[in-house]
Amino acid sequence: MANDIIKIENVSFKYSEDDNNLALKEVSLNIKEGEFVAILGHNGSGKSTLAKLVNSLLLPTEGKIYVKEMDTSDDEKLWEIRQSAGMVFQNPDNQLVATIVEEDVAFGPENQGVDPKEIRQRVDESLKAVGMYEYRKRPPHLLSGGQKQRIAIAGILALNSECIILDEPTAMLDPSGRKEVMDTIKLLNKQGKTILLITHYMDEAVEADRVVIMDNGQIKMQGTPKEVFRNVTEIKRYGLDVPQVTELSQALALEGINVSGDIIRIKELVNELCQLKLKI
Amino acid sequence: MSIKAENIEYVYSEGTPFRTIALDNINLKINEGEFLGIIGHTGSGKSTLIQLFNGLEKPTQGKIFINDELVGENKKNLKDIRKTVGLVFQYPEYQLFEETVYKDVAFGPLNLELSSQEIDERVKEALELVGFRYQDIKDKSPFDLSGGQKRRVAIAGVLAMRPKYLILDEPTAGLDPMGRNEILDQIKKLHKNSSMTVILVSHSMEDIARLVQRIIVLYKGKIHMHGTTKEIYSQAEELKRIGLGVPQVVEIMGELQKNGFEINKNILTVEEAKQEILKALRRN
Repeated sequence: MANDIIKIENVSFKYSEDDNNLALKEVSLNIKEGEFVAILGHNGSGKSTLAKLVNSLLLPTEGKIYVKEMDTSDDEKLWEIRQSAGMVFQNPDNQLVATIVEEDVAFGPENQGVDPKEIRQRVDESLKAVGMYEYRKRPPHLLSGGQKQRIAIAGILALNSECIILDEPTAMLDPSGRKEVMDTIKLLNKQGKTILLITHYMDEAVEADRVVIMDNGQIKMQGTPKEVFRNVTEIKRYGLDVPQVTELSQALALEGINVSGDIIRIKELVNELCQLKLKI
Repeated sequence: MSIKAENIEYVYSEGTPFRTIALDNINLKINEGEFLGIIGHTGSGKSTLIQLFNGLEKPTQGKIFINDELVGENKKNLKDIRKTVGLVFQYPEYQLFEETVYKDVAFGPLNLELSSQEIDERVKEALELVGFRYQDIKDKSPFDLSGGQKRRVAIAGVLAMRPKYLILDEPTAGLDPMGRNEILDQIKKLHKNSSMTVILVSHSMEDIARLVQRIIVLYKGKIHMHGTTKEIYSQAEELKRIGLGVPQVVEIMGELQKNGFEINKNILTVEEAKQEILKALRRN
């Protein structure tokens, strides 16, 4: 049994004292080491607030959050928490600080006072892990959006973070940029990194081990992508979509075609339809 | 009445080692009343092209005509062109700045020195065009609205100028599915109910599929493909090769065809796909 790397216990949050609206209401969620969790929810549902709480950018109004058993409201653990759970934001232009790619990746470990030799090694490894090693001498502003996001991810890897939190990392990217970033995330997850991905794209959520749906500051549904996406009507009620392939499968089922209701991948539907065709 | 581009070339950072040809030999004509999509991956030249359409940038070579008038001939003509061609930038909600929605939308018409009655009319019309109830929204602060609503207010600000051509650069980027639908439905209605020409710039293949009649695909600064929406989407492999994708249904139909299904690949929606698959299964 893997340990829980992140524990969120009964957390409520409001942005100001006199605010009557809670941005989060008694949310509890545990994330296991090495798990890939996708959080879905419409704008204002509380998903980004949750991510910022995990990273200790915000502190819970009520409840507790632990990252590797460290309480996020413990000031002394702040840097250790941020080192353990690094964050990538939506806009690639707002998070790169240096004028050369490799200096940007080195920024984190340099601030931690890591030995220069070790930094060199970490920067090279991190850039290789995201497939950007050959761009190490380039200025970041001449890279594409997808490449910039991969540099931001490399910056977190260079801190040896076990967990990567990504808040809509592909929202500003074109299809090939999105694919680059998703392939990188999947690869890192395979190598053991814990991933917490906040997204509006259902096809990205399909890649996760677990999907969590948030609405109105609460967790409304969670489970494997198959368990969650089969509830088409409910998901649409939360202002979200399901993958087109799931919608098509269910539409076909309603017409009396014998296909499963929890299809989330193109290959599954094509296989089932081919089987049916053979039988006819 | 049309927008015409003739032999357009646009070069960035001329005379430096970073010299980049952003647009290369672009010829196209956009007719009045049309709903056109421009797609291409980041850096393909989309945003540069639309900035030429309203005179924000000047082509290095070639000519742009708006309703047969050459863009950039003199300053007065530029002012008219910006009234005729309304451009909604990416993330337009960051440009909201006034205390109330009314004031923000009125900002453009106010600069045209119109009467206050005329301004009232235009603000009301513009807000209704993007699906708001004028009375409910006019006195709100734009900063208390949701992301999708803010964006609609920003679009209303451009509509209040009563442009003949409306260009939208990535209007759904960063919105959730509900916000996305909200904006797209309004744009669709806008095109249907007014005689406005709409040009939608996007890399969201789903959005483009839902709305436009004709598509221009830019790749490395050139017009790489153009045709009706269905013609373009039937070339899934080529679109993927140049860094774009196709909606999932298009991909499903392609896979089924490879597996021996007799189906029409020119499908854009889930409903069409369902009908086509049912036909194919029942034909057997």
